[in-house]
Amino acid sequence: MIKGVKQMVFSGLAEKLQETFRRLKGKGRLTEADVDEAMKEVKRALLGADVNFQVVKKFVQRVKERAIGQDILDSLTPGQQVIKIVRDELAALMGGTQSKINVSPKPPTLVMLVGLHGAGKTTSAAKLANTLRKTGRRPLLVAGDVYRPAAIKQLQVLGQQLDVPVFSMGDRQSPVDIARAAVEHAVGTGRDLVIIDTAGRLQIDQEMMDELAAIKAAVHPHEILLVVDAMTGQVAVNVAEAFNSRLGLDGVILTKLDGDARGGAALSMKAVTGCPVKFAGVGEKLDALEPFHPDRMADRILGMGDVLTLIEKAQASFDADQVAKLNQKIKNVEFTLDDFLEQLQEVRKLGPIQQIIGMIPGLGSMKKMKELGDIDDKELVYVEAIIKSMTPWERNRPHEINGSRRRRIARGSGTSVQQVNSVLKQFEQTKKMMRQFSEMGKSMKKGGRVPGNLFTGKGNPLF
Amino acid sequence: MGIFDRLKQSLTRTRQGLVEKIETLVSGHKSIDDDLYEELEEALIQADVGMDTAVDLIADLRREVKARGVREPEQLTSLLQELIGDILGQETVPLNTGGPPAVIMVVGVNGVGKTTTIGKLARYCQSRGQRVLLAAGDTFRAAAIDQLEIWGQRTGITVIKHREGADPAAVAYDALQAARSRGADVLIIDTAGRLHTKSNLMEELKKVGRVLGRELPGAPHEVLLVLDATTGQNAISQAKLFGQATGVTGIVLTKLDGTARGGVIIGIRRELDIPVKFIGIGESVDDLRPFHAGEFVAALFDRRDKETV
Repeated sequence: MIKGVKQMVFSGLAEKLQETFRRLKGKGRLTEADVDEAMKEVKRALLGADVNFQVVKKFVQRVKERAIGQDILDSLTPGQQVIKIVRDELAALMGGTQSKINVSPKPPTLVMLVGLHGAGKTTSAAKLANTLRKTGRRPLLVAGDVYRPAAIKQLQVLGQQLDVPVFSMGDRQSPVDIARAAVEHAVGTGRDLVIIDTAGRLQIDQEMMDELAAIKAAVHPHEILLVVDAMTGQVAVNVAEAFNSRLGLDGVILTKLDGDARGGAALSMKAVTGCPVKFAGVGEKLDALEPFHPDRMADRILGMGDVLTLIEKAQASFDADQVAKLNQKIKNVEFTLDDFLEQLQEVRKLGPIQQIIGMIPGLGSMKKMKELGDIDDKELVYVEAIIKSMTPWERNRPHEINGSRRRRIARGSGTSVQQVNSVLKQFEQTKKMMRQFSEMGKSMKKGGRVPGNLFTGKGNPLF
Repeated sequence: MGIFDRLKQSLTRTRQGLVEKIETLVSGHKSIDDDLYEELEEALIQADVGMDTAVDLIADLRREVKARGVREPEQLTSLLQELIGDILGQETVPLNTGGPPAVIMVVGVNGVGKTTTIGKLARYCQSRGQRVLLAAGDTFRAAAIDQLEIWGQRTGITVIKHREGADPAAVAYDALQAARSRGADVLIIDTAGRLHTKSNLMEELKKVGRVLGRELPGAPHEVLLVLDATTGQNAISQAKLFGQATGVTGIVLTKLDGTARGGVIIGIRRELDIPVKFIGIGESVDDLRPFHAGEFVAALFDRRDKETV
């Protein structure tokens, strides 16, 4: 199964590259003309993802040099070969996973968050406190944004939700004094991690940048993190450069990655400042901060989805025994509505449907997203209610559920007969697909490919 | 300082990004050749114009150069300016009227400056002699209601609010009733920031629109999408999806006071034909200006002064 999903990595940019190289099949070596053609697509993909122009230019040059004249491995098509080079280079450029915070040997560890207006500093401060608390830290949040109306209140509310103390001196004190007092407070109350929120500011606003430098000079943070919106365009390099040259950044938090932004800014900033992205904000809830995976980001920037994350999530959520049992049932064509319900619940464990869709390659593209855009987690609640309103007898014999039974089920689950019908239909489709899967499993070993419509289309019973 | 100067000042950085670049390019070339075109295309892309729009603009430029028999590289700037002006349209598009009250709904992704824009917009309407009412429709984000209330205090405008976590459609409903009974001319409704790809949150937004329309046919008369000028190509996706969900009638481009270039509005106007109605060019309450396409382009391409900021 998982091997099959990996095959689907080839979509988006990959599809285009495959197209470009189709006519080259059989050639043993990549020529300059072939590579030039491919690089145009790579360039388009990177710019569309808002990677900085200069970075793209250098990157394409490097990939080109590596690709020309390479022998094509037996196992790969020329298109796949170029994709591999592009991915490897991208991942190399982004660096390894570095979701670690510099911990001070002498507590408290001080973390300072800086960035433009609206990047998500306050929310990230709370999320970071939540994440690091799970590793045994005792965080203190510091309300250092004395400019934006109600910014302090926002941090206080978030702190309350998390049950993490928030240090504030109102909006009449200078942020430098607040930071200094906060550190003393942390020492006094046994807090070993201080997270300082600061006001959003323009990187060209000297006075405001001076203020950050003054905070740094006053408390010497162990970690200064730049918070950047994943949707940021070409200007990301200027921003990162300015903050880095003034403050010396230790890392980046990339926010709002749960949307459809491809986040090329991450690549630009790493290329320009050398600062790794350490964390990614992936949702509105306070636990939606994840360690950043550069290799997966490389795929996302190229429009290849985040298959690995999905696979990992699936592996973590699906019970191996259950899967084995299910496989047996599929083989014997015993798949019932009970199993269907179980399967749905497993899928829900992976997280919100929208988040899952975002990780599947090919669905990132607008057209397909649109088809799936309407999927709502609430629909699954109805499906569950409908199946639970059936008797065990009915669950084992779905094809024998007649009109009057359907009416009763609809009443019992608070839905309509149409909805009951559609669930039964979805079930039949799933069953059919399951059978195809098990047959495909055999052919896969002989190098067969997963049909392209595996995860797409609204009729997909998995969703 | 006149509006034009103020605009020019704040756009100076934008201009430094795009125009000076173009001018350096142009003056460095003795004749119009492929290299020059390519470099112009790059300059546009770096201003967040987007690859497709940039490629098309350059193709148009080539065509015009041929048609008009242009030979001097220096003339390219004004020609390009003309082409961008054509896309943006020269006229100012005013706020839609309606009601009373004229209902304005403000939408956008997280952190683009919706609440701040509303504060400024309220002041703008007020300065034109309109009676304004605000609705605290962001019931999701912590302290968003407080933030709007502070703007209400600054402008002396009443804010209709519910508790945090309340149904935003209910807030909108109450605010509309209040606006009617108090004889307000304009009702501005704040909404929670949301990523345009989250269908359940977009449904919530649709519901707010439906409730307003049911109570006052024609409402909301104006749905303003707030876009952050630092946003890259994702802005097009935002405009598309918010447009589908709420029928966006205008764009407010914020944070144009940085080095952000806002070039993406050219692509948006070209693809979706949603007019930019206001731009945010600073942090003070008066720093919201009606968008003048002509002035925007002129300021963007102004050659006379080269003051640095």
